[in-house]
Amino acid sequence: MTAHSLAFGRILRFGLLSLGALIFLAPYIFMISTAGKAQSEIFSSSLSLIPEQWSFAENFTKALSRVSMPTLLMNGVIVCALIFIVQVVVAIPCAYAMAKLKFRAARSMMVLVMLGLLVPIHATALPLYVAFDRLSVLNSYTALVAPFSISVFAIFLFLQFFRAIPDDLIHAARLDGMSEPGIVARVIVPNAWPAITAFAIFSVVAHWNDLFWPLVVVSNQDFATPPLGLLYFRAAEAGDDYGALMAATLIITLPLVAAFLIAQKRFVEGITMTGLKG
Amino acid sequence: MSVLSLDNITKSFAGNAILNGVSLEAGQGEFIALVGPSGCGKSTLLRIVAGLDHADSGEIAIGGRNVSSLAAADRNIAMVFQSYALYPHLTAGQNIAVPLAMRRLTAAQRLPFIGDFLPGQRQIRADIQRQVREMAASLKIDHLLDRKPGQMSGGQRQRVALARAMVRRPSVFLMDEPLSNLDANLRVHARGEIVELHRRAGVPTLYVTHDQSEALSMADRVAVMIGGTLLQLAPPQEIYDDPAHIEVARFLGQPRINVLETRMDATGLVRFGALTLAVETAPPSERRVLIGVRPEFVRLRPGTDGILRARIERTEFLGSEVIIHARLDAIGETIVARIAPADAATLSTGMPVSVEIEPSRMMLFATTGERLRAKTVAIASSRERAHG
Amino acid sequence: MASIAAEMPIASIGRREARIAWLLAAPAITLLFLFILLPTLAVVILGFTDFELGYGGFRFVGFENYAELISDRTFRRSLSNTAIYTAIVTPVSIVLALAIAMLIEAETRARAFFRTVYFLPVASLLVAMATVWQFLFHPTIGPINTFFAQFGITGPNWLGASGTVLYGLSIIGIWQSVGFNMVLFLAGLTAIPRELYAAAEVDGARSWFDRFRLVTWPMLGPTTLFVTTISIINSVKVFETVKTLTEGGPNKASEVLLFTIYQEGFVYLRVGYASAMTVVFLAILVVLMFLQYRVLDRKVHYA
Repeated sequence: MTAHSLAFGRILRFGLLSLGALIFLAPYIFMISTAGKAQSEIFSSSLSLIPEQWSFAENFTKALSRVSMPTLLMNGVIVCALIFIVQVVVAIPCAYAMAKLKFRAARSMMVLVMLGLLVPIHATALPLYVAFDRLSVLNSYTALVAPFSISVFAIFLFLQFFRAIPDDLIHAARLDGMSEPGIVARVIVPNAWPAITAFAIFSVVAHWNDLFWPLVVVSNQDFATPPLGLLYFRAAEAGDDYGALMAATLIITLPLVAAFLIAQKRFVEGITMTGLKG
Repeated sequence: MSVLSLDNITKSFAGNAILNGVSLEAGQGEFIALVGPSGCGKSTLLRIVAGLDHADSGEIAIGGRNVSSLAAADRNIAMVFQSYALYPHLTAGQNIAVPLAMRRLTAAQRLPFIGDFLPGQRQIRADIQRQVREMAASLKIDHLLDRKPGQMSGGQRQRVALARAMVRRPSVFLMDEPLSNLDANLRVHARGEIVELHRRAGVPTLYVTHDQSEALSMADRVAVMIGGTLLQLAPPQEIYDDPAHIEVARFLGQPRINVLETRMDATGLVRFGALTLAVETAPPSERRVLIGVRPEFVRLRPGTDGILRARIERTEFLGSEVIIHARLDAIGETIVARIAPADAATLSTGMPVSVEIEPSRMMLFATTGERLRAKTVAIASSRERAHG
Repeated sequence: MASIAAEMPIASIGRREARIAWLLAAPAITLLFLFILLPTLAVVILGFTDFELGYGGFRFVGFENYAELISDRTFRRSLSNTAIYTAIVTPVSIVLALAIAMLIEAETRARAFFRTVYFLPVASLLVAMATVWQFLFHPTIGPINTFFAQFGITGPNWLGASGTVLYGLSIIGIWQSVGFNMVLFLAGLTAIPRELYAAAEVDGARSWFDRFRLVTWPMLGPTTLFVTTISIINSVKVFETVKTLTEGGPNKASEVLLFTIYQEGFVYLRVGYASAMTVVFLAILVVLMFLQYRVLDRKVHYA
C-alpha cells in the first residue's frame, strides 16, 4: 500500500459519496428550481436549474390560495403534538410499573406488548373506522389521535431504558418518602430525557408523514393533515401546473426538513436509538 | 544479535508529541516489558511496531530488515490484544486457523463455496487443521476448539488468543496488557504460563503493561516509559535498585519511594541527617537536590535522641509487613517506612521516633529528575552528635 | 405513611406494590385492549362475515371471503406486485445503505454533511416528495427523460406504463429508505471493536475485502438482520406513493396489498372482504417476525 494508491482511494471514495449525494439531493434541487419557473419554461423541458424569469411569487401565491396551508400545517402540529403527549403520558407509568415494580401481570403485559408491536394501524383500521363511524367521530381530531394514544413501541422503548436505571436510585427515592407516581415524575422522567427525545422524533416523523389513517377518517379539509392536504391540492390542480405544485410541496416539506436540519444530530441519534431498540 | 530494533521512533498526534525518539534493541529470545503509567505512549509504540500505526520518523528493523514501510500483514509479527480480539463468529479452532489460512491460501481459495473446488486447497486446509490441533494440545485447550469465544471464560479466551498468536511462528511477539482482563488469582498464574510459552517460542517479545509487578517478575529487561520518553531499559533488579531517573524510581516500588528535597553546598556536598554525600558531577548553578530512599531502607526507633526526629502519624498493618507514615519534625514532610511486624511492635501512632537511613541506599537526583552519582564521605554516629 | 408501611406485614407491602403497579399500567392496558387487541380480534371475525358499511346486518359466511381471495385476480396481482416491489427495494436499499455507511465511516472530511444528505429523505414528507418524483419521472418534461434525451435515448413513460411503473415506485422507495438503513449500519459499524480490525491486519488480512469478510460482515450480523426485517416490512407496507401517484394503475400494474385493502374497505366499503385481506397481510407480518426471531436470530448472535 503506497501513499499514491491511498490518495487515489480517498479521491475515489470522496467522489462516490459526492455523486451519490448529488443524486439524493436532486429531487430537492428540482423542487426548488421548478417552484420558481413559469409554466412555459417548465414545458420547454430544459435542464437549466436557474429560472429564466423568477416566478416564485406567482407560484407560491397560487399554492397558498388553493388550499389553506396554515390550516394544514396547524392541523399537522396539533395532531402530532396531541399524539406524542398522550403516548408519553400513557406509556411512561406503564413502562415504569413493568420495569421496576413487582406485579404478576408484568409477564403477560410483555407478551401483549410484543404482540402489539406486530400490529400496524393498517391492520386495525377497518374495525376502528366502523366504530368511529357508528360513534360519529369521523372528521375530528379525536379520530385522528385516538388510535395512536397507545404506543406499544413507546412502552417497549421506555421499558428497555428504565431497566438500565439503577434500582438503588428508586430505593433512595422511596426512603426519602416519595410516592410511586412522585418517583415517576421526579426521578424517572428527568432521567429518561434521551429516550423521550428519541421517541419524540420517531413519533413526530411517523405521524407527520402518515397518509393512510388521515385518508381513512378525514374527508373534510378542515381536519386535513399536511399529506392529505397535498393530496387535495393535487386533485384540485388537475392539470400539469408543476410550478404551483412544487411550491406547495416545498411549503409542506419545509417544516420537518428545517427541524431536521436544525437538530440533525439528535434526529439521527433518535432514529438510531429507536431503530435499534425496536 | 538484535532481532528487533527500534531506532529513534517519534510520533505526534494533533500537535502533541506521543513518542519522543524511542530507541530499543531486543535480542533473540529476549522478553522486554514496556511499562509506564497510562498515556505514556507504550501502546502506541507497540502498534507502530505491529504496523497498525505509522511513526512520523524513525526506523523499525526485524531480523536486520527494515520493515518501517511494510503493512502489518507482511511483518510476520504476532500480537495478543488486551481484549483478546477473538473473532466472535468463529470457533476457537477457526480463530487459531485464521493467520495460517490468510497466509497460505490464496484469496480465491478462501472464497466461500468457490474456494472449496479450487485445486490444492484441500491439502493446505488439512495441514492447517493439523497445526491448529497441535497448538491447541500444547496449550491444553483442545477441548475448546469447537466453542465460540462467547462460550468461554476469560482465561480460556486468553489461551485461545495466545494460540492464535503463536501458531504462525512469528519472528516477533507483541502483547498489549494481555492479563489485565483476568481476575487477580488467574493473573498471577498466567504470568508463569506466558513466560514459559515465550521461552519455548524463543522469539523476542515486547510486553506492554502498566502493572509494575508483572514487568519486574516476567521480563528479562524492563523499559520504563514516561510521557513518551524511554527513561531506562535495564534488567529488573538493576532498574529497581539503581534507577536512572526519579520518575523511574517513583513508578517502580510499592509503597512509593520517599523523595525529600535538600540543598547542596558550593563544594557539591549534601548533608542529610548524619550523612554527608559528595556529588560527583554537580550541576553548575542549581543548589537544590532530591533525595530518594525506598521505604524498606528507612528504620524507625522509639526515642528522640536521633538527628532526624519524627512523629508517627499512621500505621498500616499488611500481615507480612507494616507500613508506617511519620512526619519529620525538621521539614514537616512525611516519610514512609516499611518494616517487619516484629520491629513495629514497639511503635504506635503519635509516638516520637528517631529515623535512620541506610547510607548506601540513598539516591540523589537533580530537580530535573536525572540521577546524580554521589558517594558517602562521612557518617556521623547519631549518639556522638547528640552528645557533642 | 411511612410508619404505617413499617407496621404492615411483608405480604401486604407486596400487595400494595402490585396495586400501585396496576394503577400505573391501567390506562395503557385499557387503551391496548381498546385500540389494538379488540380491533385485531374484530378484523379476524369480520373476515368471516359479509359485512358491508351502509348495510345494516351481516352474516357469517365461513371461509367464503378467503375462497374469493384465491380467485380474485386483483388480489393476486396485488400480492405479486408487493412481492416484486419488496424484492427490488429491500436488497438494493440494504446494499446501498451498507456501502454508503462504510464509505462515510472511512471518510474523514464532511462526514456529517454526507450523513445529513443521505438521511434527508427519511425526514421529508413522502407524499410531497413523491409529487416531486412524479415531475422528475414525467415522460416529456421530466428532468430524467430530458437528461436521457441529450444522449439520444428516449426514456420510458416511467409511472405511466404498466411495464415500468413498479420500477419507478421502487426507485422512490429505495431513495426514501436508504438513509434510515444507513444510520442503523453506521451505528453498527461504530460498535465494532477497533481491536478486531487490528487483529485481522496482524493475522494477515491485507486487502479491504479480507477485513470486510473476516470482521465487518460477521460483526454486522445482528444489524443486517434487523435492517432486513424492517426493510421487508416497510416494503410490504408500501402505500403512500401508490395512492399519491398511480392509484394502482395503469391497468393494476401498481396494485399493492395495502392499496387493495384500502380500495375494498374504505372506497367500496366491503369491510368483510377487506378484513380477510387484512388477515392475510397480518399473517405475512407474523411469518416475517417469526423468521427473524426464531430462525435467523440464532445465526447472527454469537454468544
